[in-house]
Amino acid sequence: MSQSAAPVLEARRISKRFPGVVALDGVSLALLPGEVHALVGENGAGKSTLIKVFTGVHRPDGGDLIYNGSPVAFGTPLDAQRAGISTIYQEVNLVPMMSVARNLMLGREPRGRLGVIDTARMYGEAERILAGYGVVTDVRRPLRTFGMGVQQMVALARAVAIDARVVIMDEPTSSLEPREVETLFSVIRRLRDDGIAVVYVSHRLDELYEVCDRVTVLRDGRVAHTGPLAELERLKLIALMLGRDLDEVRTGGLTRFSRDRRHARERDGAQPAVRAEGLTRRQVLRGVDVSVWPGEVVGLGGLLGAGRSETAKGIVGALPLDAGRVVVAGLPLRTGSTTAAIRAGVGLLPEDRKAEGIIPALSVRENIALAALPSLSRAGVVSDAKIDKVVEVFMRRLRIKAASPHQPVQELSGGNQQKVLLARWLAIRPKILLLDEPTRGIDVGAKAEVQALVDELAEEGLGVLLISSDLEELVEGADRILVLREGAVVGELSGDDVTEDTIMTSIAERGAESDG
Amino acid sequence: MTGSPGREQVSRVLQQHGALMVLAALVIVGSVAFDSFATAGNAASVLVSSSFTAIIAIGMTFVIISGGIDLSVGSLFVFGGVLAAYGSQYGLFVALALPLAACGLVGLLQGLLIARTGMAPFIVTLAGLLGVRGLMLAISDEGATTYLVKDSAFARLGQGGLFGLTWPVYITALLAVVAMVLLQRTAFGQNVYAVGGNEPGAALMGVPVARTKVYVYLMSGLLAGLAGVLNAARLSSGVTILGIGLELDVIAAVVIGGTLLTGGAGGITGTIAGVLLLGVIQSLINQVGNLTSAFQQVVSGLFLALVVVAQRLLGRAQRLG
Ligand SMILES: Nc1ncnc2c1ncn2[C@@H]1O[C@H](COP(=O)(O)OP(=O)(O)OP(=O)(O)O)[C@@H](O)[C@H]1O
Ligand SMILES: [Mg+2]
Repeated sequence: MSQSAAPVLEARRISKRFPGVVALDGVSLALLPGEVHALVGENGAGKSTLIKVFTGVHRPDGGDLIYNGSPVAFGTPLDAQRAGISTIYQEVNLVPMMSVARNLMLGREPRGRLGVIDTARMYGEAERILAGYGVVTDVRRPLRTFGMGVQQMVALARAVAIDARVVIMDEPTSSLEPREVETLFSVIRRLRDDGIAVVYVSHRLDELYEVCDRVTVLRDGRVAHTGPLAELERLKLIALMLGRDLDEVRTGGLTRFSRDRRHARERDGAQPAVRAEGLTRRQVLRGVDVSVWPGEVVGLGGLLGAGRSETAKGIVGALPLDAGRVVVAGLPLRTGSTTAAIRAGVGLLPEDRKAEGIIPALSVRENIALAALPSLSRAGVVSDAKIDKVVEVFMRRLRIKAASPHQPVQELSGGNQQKVLLARWLAIRPKILLLDEPTRGIDVGAKAEVQALVDELAEEGLGVLLISSDLEELVEGADRILVLREGAVVGELSGDDVTEDTIMTSIAERGAESDG
Repeated sequence: MTGSPGREQVSRVLQQHGALMVLAALVIVGSVAFDSFATAGNAASVLVSSSFTAIIAIGMTFVIISGGIDLSVGSLFVFGGVLAAYGSQYGLFVALALPLAACGLVGLLQGLLIARTGMAPFIVTLAGLLGVRGLMLAISDEGATTYLVKDSAFARLGQGGLFGLTWPVYITALLAVVAMVLLQRTAFGQNVYAVGGNEPGAALMGVPVARTKVYVYLMSGLLAGLAGVLNAARLSSGVTILGIGLELDVIAAVVIGGTLLTGGAGGITGTIAGVLLLGVIQSLINQVGNLTSAFQQVVSGLFLALVVVAQRLLGRAQRLG
C-alpha cells in the first residue's frame, strides 16, 4: 500500500437523509489504490447507505463524490459498474431461478458467431472461474438449488471478474464457512496487490485485523475515527463503534455467554423438550437423532451443506421428510406442519432471513408480533396494548434501531432486520428455540446482548438448538455439540471436550474417513 | 448440497417439457381413436389456425418471463387487422407498415408507462385493451364498416403457401426460432429472465431494467399487430368483432407451456407446445362431433388449472430440493 498515491474514490462531506433519520451526516472517506479499507460500526450506523451512495443506488443530499480525481454522480449501479466500481451487496443479489453460470456471466457472456451467446464457452468459463474459488459444481443448475455459501461465492466471483478499480464488499463473509473465508481473503489480497482498492464491511473483528489495512468507524452516520488498523487496539475499536469509554468496555460491558456449564449438567425434567428421531430426507439427511433437554443449549457443528439448517427445518416441519418423527415434551408432532410446531412451542430463526422470514413491507411492530398473535389475542381479537408492550420490550432489549415501531422493516439496516426476526421468535415464548446463525450480521454490542439473552432463556428452562459457523460462539454458548457431516451425526462433544480444536478435529477426522 | 439432483432434474424437465409430452400423448390417442384425426389435412388445419395465436404468444412469453402481463394483445390483433385491410388499398407496403407502426407505437407507449412510472402492467395494458378497442370501433363506425383487402399480393401472404401449409405457418416457425435464439442466446434474453427473476437484484447487477421492459412490450405489440395483419390477409378483410378474450387464450397457452406467471422462468418451446395443445384439444372435440365448441373452453380451463397446480408442486419440489 502506497500512502503517497492519490485516492481513487473519495467521499467529501456526504449527507443522506431518510424520513425520520439522518443516515449519513457529513461523512468523508478517502480510498487509496491498493488498500483494504475496513468500514465498521453498529447496526444502522450508515455503512450500507454510504456504499449505496458510492454505487449510485442512493443520491446524496449533500457533499461530493470524487472518482479518479474528478467529481462524479452515478445515476444507477450500472453507471458505477461501468466506471469500475464493483459491489457485493449485503443481501445476496442474484437471480435465484437462473443458472449459476448465467448469473455469473450476466452482462458479459462470451459471444460466438453472429454475436450470439456461446453457451458451451459460457459454461466452461463459469466452471473455470468458480473452480478458482473452490466451488466445483454443475453450473447449469439454477442458483436457488444451492446453499447461501455457494450463492455468496458466485456473487463474489461475479463482482471480482468485472474489471474493477474499486471492489466493495458489504458483509461478504456472513454466509461463508471458514474454508471459504480463507478463499475470500486470498482473493482480497490478490486484488490489493493488483492495486485495486477494497472496501470491507464486517462485524467480525478477527477478519478485519486479518485482512484490512485501514479502518473507518461510523457511528450514527458520522465518522468517529479513521486510521491504520494495526495500531488500533481491539477494545479501543469496539469502544469507538459503541461510543463508550474504553474503560467501560474493558470492565466487561461485553461479556458474552456467561453461564458456567463446562460440565455435563444433570438434566432437569424427565424428558427432553424436543426429541427428533431418524430424520431422513433423500440426499440431505440420513437418520439424524437430536434431543434437547429443557435448559440446555445444544450446538450443531459441521461444514456448510452438512445438514445443520436442514435438521432445524426438519424439526419444525419446514422440510418435507421421508422418515423420522419429532416429539415435543412427550407428544409427537404432526410432521410437515409449521403451524403445529409453533403451537407446540417450537420456534425457528431461519438462516436466510430475506427469503424465509422478514416480510419487508410490514412494519417492525407487525413483523415482531406476527408469530405471537395467537397468544396475544383473546377469542381472535388482538390486544393492541399487549402487542405494544411486547414490541417495546424487544426493541429495547435487542436495541433495534428504527425511526418508530411503525417503520417498514425493509427500511431498516441489515443487522436490525435480523434483530426483528429474532424478536419475533422470542415473542412467542417458545419451549424450544432453533437458532440458525442468530448473530450473523449483528454488531458486537447486540451480539453480546443476543448471547446473554440465549443464556438467560436457557436458565429459565428453554431448550435451544444453536447453529453457528462461528466456532467461538458454539464453544462458549453450547453445553453439548453434535457434529454433522453429509446429513448424519458423526460425533458428540460435551463438557470439557467442547473446544474449538475438538470440533475442528471431529469435523476433519470424519471427513478424512469418508473421503478415503 | 441442499438439492437432490435427480428429483430436481425431473421436476425441471416436467416444468419445461410437460406440455410437449401431453401434446404427444394426445396426438397418439387422437390418431388411434379417430380415423380422420391423423390426416395431413387435419394437421394442416390445426397448424394454420394455431399460427396466429402462436405469434402473439411468442411476444407474451417475453412479457410474462419479464414478470409482466399484456392484456392489450387481443385488441391490437384486431386493430392490426383492420388497419392492414384499410391500408391495403394503398398497396402491400402500406398494408404491412401501417398496422405494425400503430401497434408498435401502442406497445411502446405501454412499455414506457410501465417501465418509467412503475405503474402495474395489468392496469396499463387493461387501459390499452379498452382504448384500442374503442379506437378500432371508431374507425370502423362501431364495427359497421368492414374493410376488404384490396391488394392481391397482400391477400396471398395469408392464403398462399407451400406443401399444404399457408405462409403464416412458416412465418410463425421462423419467428419462433428467432425468439428462441433471442431469449436463450442474447444479452437481451438474459436480461428478460433477470428482470422477471429478481428485479431489484437485476438492477444492482447492472441490468438495464427499464429498457428491457420497454422492449418487451414493444415486441408484444408488434407481434400482436403482425398476427392481425396475417389474419386479415387470410380472411381478405379486417373483421372487427374478432379477438374478444383472445389475450386470455394466449396467456393460458403460455402458462400451459410452462412459463411461470410470476416471471423469471419459461421458454418458447413450451409456449408453442401450449398453443398446439389447445389447438389439438379443439380439433379432438370437433372429431367427437356432438360436443359444442364451448366444451373446448371447459377442457382448456381444466387443463390450465391442472398445469398451475402442477407448477406449484414442482416449484416446491425444486425449492426444497
Ligand atoms: N430506504 C430506507 N428508508 C428509510 N430509512 C433507511 C433506508 N435505508 C436505510 N435507512 C436507515 O438508515 C440508517 C442506516 O442504515 P444502513 O443500512 O446504512 O446501516 P448499516 O450500517 O449498514 O447497518 P448493518 O450493520 O445493520 O447492516 C438506519 O437507521 C436505517 O434504518
Ligand atoms: Mg448494512
